[in-house]
Parts: sequence; C-alpha cells; structure tokens
Amino acid sequence: MFDFFLLPATPVNVWIVILLTGVVTYITRSAGHVVLARFKNLHPRAEAALEAVPGAVLVTIVLPPALTNGPVEIIAMLAALAASFRLSPIAVLAIGMFIVVVGRAFGF
Amino acid sequence: MKNESQFFAGTKDSLPIMFAVTFFAMLFGATGVNNGLTFSETVLSSASVFAGASQFVFLDLYGQQAPVWSVLLAVFAINFRHVLYSASLGRYMDGLSFSQKYSAFFFLCDPLFGAGEIRAQNHSLKPSYYFGYAIPLYFVWIGFTTLGASFGKLITNPEAFGFDMLLSIYFLSLLMGFRSRPNWLASVLASGIASVLVFKLIGAPWHIMIGSMVGVMLAAMIGKPDEDKTSV
Repeated sequence: MFDFFLLPATPVNVWIVILLTGVVTYITRSAGHVVLARFKNLHPRAEAALEAVPGAVLVTIVLPPALTNGPVEIIAMLAALAASFRLSPIAVLAIGMFIVVVGRAFGF
Repeated sequence: MKNESQFFAGTKDSLPIMFAVTFFAMLFGATGVNNGLTFSETVLSSASVFAGASQFVFLDLYGQQAPVWSVLLAVFAINFRHVLYSASLGRYMDGLSFSQKYSAFFFLCDPLFGAGEIRAQNHSLKPSYYFGYAIPLYFVWIGFTTLGASFGKLITNPEAFGFDMLLSIYFLSLLMGFRSRPNWLASVLASGIASVLVFKLIGAPWHIMIGSMVGVMLAAMIGKPDEDKTSV
C-alpha cells in the first residue's frame, strides 16, 4: 500500500496518480473554507509564510536543472527572465521558445 | 437579476480568461502526449485538476520518474494558494447549499477567485453567476486540452520544438509573476540556493521539498508583524 507512494509513477498506474493530483487540488480548494475560515485572524507570520509558498516552490523546480543546461538553454532562460519584467507570461514563453528553437536549428 | 441572466453575466465576465486559457490548454495537451502520457490521461488531468501550473509540474515530475509522494506533495504545494481563496471567498457563500458550495470549490481557480471577489464586492455572489463563470471555462480548458493532445502526437521530434524547455520557461514566468509579494526576493533566493545545494548533495526530489521549506520559513521569520492582527 505504502509502496505505491514510494515508487515512481509508471505508465500502468499513472491514471491513479492523475486522479490523486485532482483530489489533492480539491483539498487545497476547499480546505481554506473548512479550516482557515474558523480562525478570525491568521497570524501574520503564518500569512507571510503562505504568501511565500508559490514563489519558493517554483524556484526549486526551475533553478537546479537550469544550471546543467547548455548555452542555448541558458540564453533562452536569461532572455525569458529579462522579458518577464515587462511582458505577459505568453510573450515570455514565446521569446524563450523562439530562442531555443532557432538555437537548436542552427545546431547549438 | 434572474438566475439565467446571472449565469450569462458570469460567462460574459469569463470570456477574456477563456481566450487566454485556450493557448495554455492546447500547450498542456501537446506537452502531455510528448511527456509520456496517453491522449486520455492528458485529458483526464485537465478534467480532474483544472489548475494549469500544477498540471505542468505533474508532467515535469512524471517525466523525471519522481516518486508518487513527491509528485503529490509538489502539486499540493503549487496549489496551496487556493487555501487562501476558499477561506476568503467562502465568506460570501452563505446563500449556497452544502452541495453547491462544495462543488463550487472544485472550480476555484485563480481567475474565478478574482472575479468572485469583485462580484461579491459590487453585487452579491450568486451561485448562478459563479457557475456561469466556472462551467464554460472548465469545458474550454478540457476541450482545448483535447485539441492540443490530438495535434501534439503529430510532432515527431519534440526536442526541435523546444518542448523540453517549455516547462522551465513557463515556470520562470510564473515565478516572476509573484515578484510584487512582500519578501519575495529573499524567500526565492533562500529557496533557490537551498534547492541547488540539496540537488547536488542529496538529489531529486528532495531539492523541491527542502528548498521550498527554507524559503517559506525565512518568509515567516522576516514577515512584519502587523499591529492590528497580532492580538490573536
């Protein structure tokens, strides 16, 4: 039973994992009303921690693999980083992907 | 307003968002079938989760053969912001029955939270408005995932199209989208450095869990105590 959670998802069981990601997401969408709403005020430190969660998680997904990238990928990431100060996510994605596709087409 | 016109008012308010998500839904569909999911698994993900960023995180970790618990924990962490949404929006849902309320939470994505808050401020939040916004958007999300998954299989050389980099760049743009939050830079730097160290010293998937814990704890430590709220 617990082995299921310890092992990697495989093509055989991935549909169960997908349903579980749905369950986990539903828990986050209802838990706020079920649990947090019972407290009138959230402690400011708890609130600061909650505010920081998405950024803190995303950087751990992006940064470590990016450091092992090749030059085209690193340039694309840096360009996307610069673009994200002014442009929408869709435009950032377009710029980054354009650099990757063109760079690879030229054999880098 | 009648229920019917409330429903259409919700749908009308969701039109710009629908337009924006068509692109990401197609992208998710195409990326899914190029990351080892079948057509129906890709569509199932959109239908059961309905939260783009976490669906992409799931794809990324599945591609890396990360253990199931870490996939679920990462999805939980990415979607953790929703806890705040239902805590806040739930206050305006007194008019909803139990089953309406708990089916409403299933659809509670970022744009719906924003629209619901605005609606509750200016009118009152009726279930017909909420579902008028949510349900068409949900089917647009699934429909365009299906479309992307159908075309994605036609791509025989995903590397040439940069599909392997798509997720990283998308996550980077999301990460930057949060930069106006208080202490964002400090917590992101702390998490980033910690995750790189853990990635080198211990390895995946621990860098995600430990790295993000470090940033979140730092945010809690340096978060300014607000005078009005500390009395609790």
